[in-house]
Amino acid sequence: MKLLEYEAKNIFVEYGIPTSTGYVIEDVENLKAILYKLGLPVILKAQVLVGGRGKAGGIKIAKTEEEAMEKAKDILNMEIKGLPVKKLLVCKPSEIKKELYVGYVVDRNKKKMVMLASTEGGIDIEQVAEKTPEKIIKLYIDPIIGIQDYECRSVAKKLGYEGKDMLSLAAIIYKLGRIMEDKDAELIEINPLAITSEGFEALDAKLVIDDNSLFRQKEFEVDLKESQEFTEIEKAAKEAGLAYVELDGDIGIIGCGAGLVMASLDVVNHYGGKPANFLDIGGGANADNMKKALDIITMKEGLKAIFINIFGGITKCDEIAKGILEYKPKVPVFVRMMGTNEDEAKRILNSAGYELYQSMQEAAEAAVGGN
Amino acid sequence: MSILVDDSTRIVVQGATGHQGQFHSNRMKQYGTKIVGGVTPGKGGQTMGDIPIFDSVDEVEADASIIFVPARFVKSSALEAISLGLSPVVCITEHVPVRDAMFMMEYAKQHDVDIVGPNTPGLISPGKALAGILPPHIFKEGNVGLVSRSGTLTYEIIDELTKNGYGQSTAIGVGGDPVIGMDFLSTLERFEADKETKAIVMIGEIGGNAEELAAEYIKEYISKPVVSYIAGKTAPPGKRMGHAGAVISGNSGTAESKIKALNAVGVQVATMPQEVPDILRNLL
Repeated sequence: MKLLEYEAKNIFVEYGIPTSTGYVIEDVENLKAILYKLGLPVILKAQVLVGGRGKAGGIKIAKTEEEAMEKAKDILNMEIKGLPVKKLLVCKPSEIKKELYVGYVVDRNKKKMVMLASTEGGIDIEQVAEKTPEKIIKLYIDPIIGIQDYECRSVAKKLGYEGKDMLSLAAIIYKLGRIMEDKDAELIEINPLAITSEGFEALDAKLVIDDNSLFRQKEFEVDLKESQEFTEIEKAAKEAGLAYVELDGDIGIIGCGAGLVMASLDVVNHYGGKPANFLDIGGGANADNMKKALDIITMKEGLKAIFINIFGGITKCDEIAKGILEYKPKVPVFVRMMGTNEDEAKRILNSAGYELYQSMQEAAEAAVGGN
Repeated sequence: MSILVDDSTRIVVQGATGHQGQFHSNRMKQYGTKIVGGVTPGKGGQTMGDIPIFDSVDEVEADASIIFVPARFVKSSALEAISLGLSPVVCITEHVPVRDAMFMMEYAKQHDVDIVGPNTPGLISPGKALAGILPPHIFKEGNVGLVSRSGTLTYEIIDELTKNGYGQSTAIGVGGDPVIGMDFLSTLERFEADKETKAIVMIGEIGGNAEELAAEYIKEYISKPVVSYIAGKTAPPGKRMGHAGAVISGNSGTAESKIKALNAVGVQVATMPQEVPDILRNLL
């Protein structure tokens, strides 16, 4: 689960990481009062869950009250990469002397969390990693012991800091690591970590919480309806407990198991079709799950055909067949099914006029061709 | 021969009395797997069919464990099995927090224990033992070792292999999560060392760079023919495709990069699942 910048900054404050939290507004009603408190100029930052806000015009400086009102209105009316801007962060700009990068991610191969730090902050860290890997300092964290402050001091020294500055920087690196551990984050990032006349300051904040940990990270549980991370159909699918991703084509896809559904998309694509979605009903799905899956994928307009691909292991084909029968199709449905209780499924579907395909290739080709 | 489990491996089922645990304990036992007991704290002394139930893992003589407990209890269950040196510890449970997974993997490394999963269908050494939820009837004894990040896609390809006469030494699902125990590298190493395995099928998917690392490893250390299939060629960046680990971030984790790396070391990658046996036929 991704957090907005201001939400992540609030957690920084909780841990004592220096940052400017400013004020969050949803309309310009209270902006004048905020400007009075902050003084001018101010920086206006769109709160959206996509990268590249700055380039898209979602971050603006305003020097006068009129300018602030006008730009705030503009940003609140914007859409960035398809997501409407619902919230705006207003803060005091800082006088930046230098920009650093500090972050933690999960290293899949080492099976540990890794801290990344660089004196090259303010730009995309992936680019730094690609072009000048020597400028990135890495520290792997022992998953049993956890992050230790002495390790952070050594990182701060390697970044070129001494004395008090070294200690302040080490403290920030340590606290960031503690947030990563305490809050079950899968990614945390300060980019840039600025050096201003007042010391270090986190100018931006990125924090992604591991969805699988929400049972013990209750503070991050949100009402799905409020979530800005998903489209309406994705929300409906989440409510039904189905893994759904909206795509831009016109052939609806339902399958069991993530790998098989991905392969189904690829095969449809191979025959020249464009999948409208990814939908995994999971293992052991029943008739009701199947019916819901059909309801969800058909929420998307303009479907030409539906391709259902089931390899029944723990999933029983006859259950899936019953679910299909409850659906009154407006578009042709192509079903490939094999595995557990396949014969019964065949009997059910044949009697309702459906033909059952044996191979996924044949079914995908038929769905693309529309016959 | 086979890898990780065979007909002599004594397996304990942690979380045996739950809905899934019960169904699969019985199915594994029916297949001929040595299921020596189930563990459900508080239900010790009961029996489930002819499987005795214990309160803790140390009450039963076992070599390996399979875990079906809910995600929030997985870490503790895994540590219990690891501390006793059981290996492999097969973790079927999905949705395990990644911090717990990292902790388990480190502890397992210290105890020289193999973990399979989490979020895995498990593994099968056909004709010998089933330590997982894979549908056993589609498998057949033979010489192909199969390693995969996906469950149902594995079944799809196994079905093609079996229909075409290629049985399997061991088939293992390593799991769809970002942090897993046995991975492509450690599994490839076992298949290379296993005399019965004559060829290897590796099924990958988008996300991470396990396939790229496997390509480098194959070039250096694997003498047996390897055939691959990669799912997710048409997946969009930034979206998790069902598996927690199946996500393209920025330019990393694309199917294209994986296929390129594998082709560069001479591994043929099937365009569609059904092509795997044809490619194998040309190599053997």
